[in-house]
Amino acid sequence: MTIDRRTLLGGAAALPALGMMPWGSARAQANNTLRIGVLTDMSGTYRDGCGPGSVAAVRQAVQDSGVAGRNIQVEVLQGDHQNKPDVASTIARQWFDRDGVDVIIDVATSSCALAVHGVVKEKNKIMLNSTGATADLTGPACHGNTIHWTYDTWMLANSTGGAMVKAGGDTWYFITADYAFGHALERDTGNFVTKNGGRVLGSTRHPFPGTTDFSSFLLQAQQSRAKVVGLANAGVDTINSVKQAAEFGLTRRQKLAVLLMIVTDVHSLGLNTAQGLSLSETYYWDLNDRTRNLANKLKGSLNGAMPTMWQAGCYSAALHYLKAAADMGVAQAKASGTETVTRMKAMPTDDDAFGAGSIRQDGRKLHPSYLFEVKTPGESKGPWDYYKLVRTVPAEEAFRPMSEGSCPLVRT
Amino acid sequence: MLEELLFQLEMSAPQVVLGLVNGAFYALLSLGLAVIFGMLNVINFAHGAQFMMGAFVAWMLLNWAGIPYWGALILSPIIVGAFGVILERTMISRLYKLDHLYGLLLTFGLALIIEGLFRNQFGSSGLPYAPPESLTGAPLDLGFMMLPKYRVWVVVAAFAVCIATWLIIEKTRLGAYLRAATENAPLVQAFGVNVPRMVTLTYAAGVGLAALAGVLAAPIYSVNPGMGSNFIIVVFAVVVIGGMGSILGSVITGFGLGLVEGLTKVIYPEASATVIFVIMAIVLLARPAGLFGRA
Repeated sequence: MTIDRRTLLGGAAALPALGMMPWGSARAQANNTLRIGVLTDMSGTYRDGCGPGSVAAVRQAVQDSGVAGRNIQVEVLQGDHQNKPDVASTIARQWFDRDGVDVIIDVATSSCALAVHGVVKEKNKIMLNSTGATADLTGPACHGNTIHWTYDTWMLANSTGGAMVKAGGDTWYFITADYAFGHALERDTGNFVTKNGGRVLGSTRHPFPGTTDFSSFLLQAQQSRAKVVGLANAGVDTINSVKQAAEFGLTRRQKLAVLLMIVTDVHSLGLNTAQGLSLSETYYWDLNDRTRNLANKLKGSLNGAMPTMWQAGCYSAALHYLKAAADMGVAQAKASGTETVTRMKAMPTDDDAFGAGSIRQDGRKLHPSYLFEVKTPGESKGPWDYYKLVRTVPAEEAFRPMSEGSCPLVRT
Repeated sequence: MLEELLFQLEMSAPQVVLGLVNGAFYALLSLGLAVIFGMLNVINFAHGAQFMMGAFVAWMLLNWAGIPYWGALILSPIIVGAFGVILERTMISRLYKLDHLYGLLLTFGLALIIEGLFRNQFGSSGLPYAPPESLTGAPLDLGFMMLPKYRVWVVVAAFAVCIATWLIIEKTRLGAYLRAATENAPLVQAFGVNVPRMVTLTYAAGVGLAALAGVLAAPIYSVNPGMGSNFIIVVFAVVVIGGMGSILGSVITGFGLGLVEGLTKVIYPEASATVIFVIMAIVLLARPAGLFGRA
């Protein structure tokens, strides 16, 4: 809610103060300051996966980047877009126009991500998107001011969907959140299924946000007699869907494909309900020494939880941005979003979240993705010990090939 | 033609059953609202937050005190009801002389604060709460659908509570006092009835009903701070359609709208969140006092 109060007070104060403010000196001081805005869901269904944890991750990145030693100040702002695209673009505009923000990080919820995606192009600023999932950001809508960091709908379809199809799940029915993200995830998974000789028997779309009872949709999925029921939703919606699917005995005859589920969702469901589910992520705290190192740094500010891939993505994105900005000089980094993004693309990435990686011409950040299976309560050795690694998809195969994305930045 | 009709019927029959389950929650929640509005003239916007508290208290009782579901079913409404007493005594009772709007704003503010506190403490994605052993296991096979035992229990319990509440208010001496106090409080007080205490306890009872619905909901939905705000707007629509303050109206409308919503989820799922409000608009235009309200 910080931004709401800021907006109100700031808006009221700005008009009479306009003539008196010593703008010149404020600007002069600001020249050495990079401003990062973390725009995310602070109060809704996705809060636990990003929210305050994303802000903490960005602050950690600022600390780890060592820019303070190079006489560069970094200010981190936070905003709650409440999963509403109009609120998201309003905050983005105010941040750019009034607060001198240079880069917006996170932007959960695909509809909000697409809204901010438009604003950063118009203002020549930057969006480093971690939590928004729609692969359209690097598809037809792609431009040189956005980098899509952590994962996307194509990667989820390819990894989780691919594993399901390989295991014999050739007929599908989708339960889809009725907005940009759900549509993109259903489309990408459906394409994947048909390309591999399977069939999509149907789908039903539930309103977002605000749906709590999924039994009607689950029943329609049962009646479709599809072998796989794909959940193209996220957060509390997926948690409720999985919980109620177990209640209705859906998993006796059909398989449940949770196309987007993160570690906090598993925690919320409990292993009794979640055990055996297959899911894909690009970061899990217990993968290797580096991921554990990052988790140790962040968990203190996460209210006892482990960082999610969304939060890890915010860390990684902020770190790489600061590296590039320090490299090219603050003044130049502030002057042009596209130039900074071009510089970021030219530099290899390396951090504790995803290891070594790179950024493609279309704005797609590349790193491996992992297919996990949720452990049984007996296999889990302690709190947050939830995943067994099933398969690692190498960075080159994890994401949609650039030639298929029809991104206008890519010249063939 | 006949085949298609049969197919439609086969598709819709389960939705009617599920609609009844959701209707049970609508009925139970709108019942509490109707009791509070009918007797206190307060539009209790904190009802959703109190529903959520009911579920959370059940979770706390289980995880912190080892008290299982059946104990929580009794204890949680009492605990949350006691919280209601504190709210009523310290804040809400000061607003009875003012316009409805003040009560609405106060309770709305309280709802936001309560939800915010729970969100800070427990996060947004929720906590697991398993149904009791005796109601788990294989779902009942009704031939046209599989129905979990727990959902059957929810409908039965909600229906019984609705009937009991209606009987208490319409058929007992206590109910008569209550109804009389709404009409003319000073006169009832003159007969030696402690009206302020009665009002406080009525508010507590309404809050207790919300908490009871919360405990019933805990095993079905994820126990999360936002669970009440998803319901409350729909429930207000139910109360308005049924007629503000009408007990029977809110119960019948609750179950009825659950059915309508269930059928919409098959015919045009995208509209399932809006259909109730469309009905509300039509009812308000045709009968401003609601279907069962007295103008």
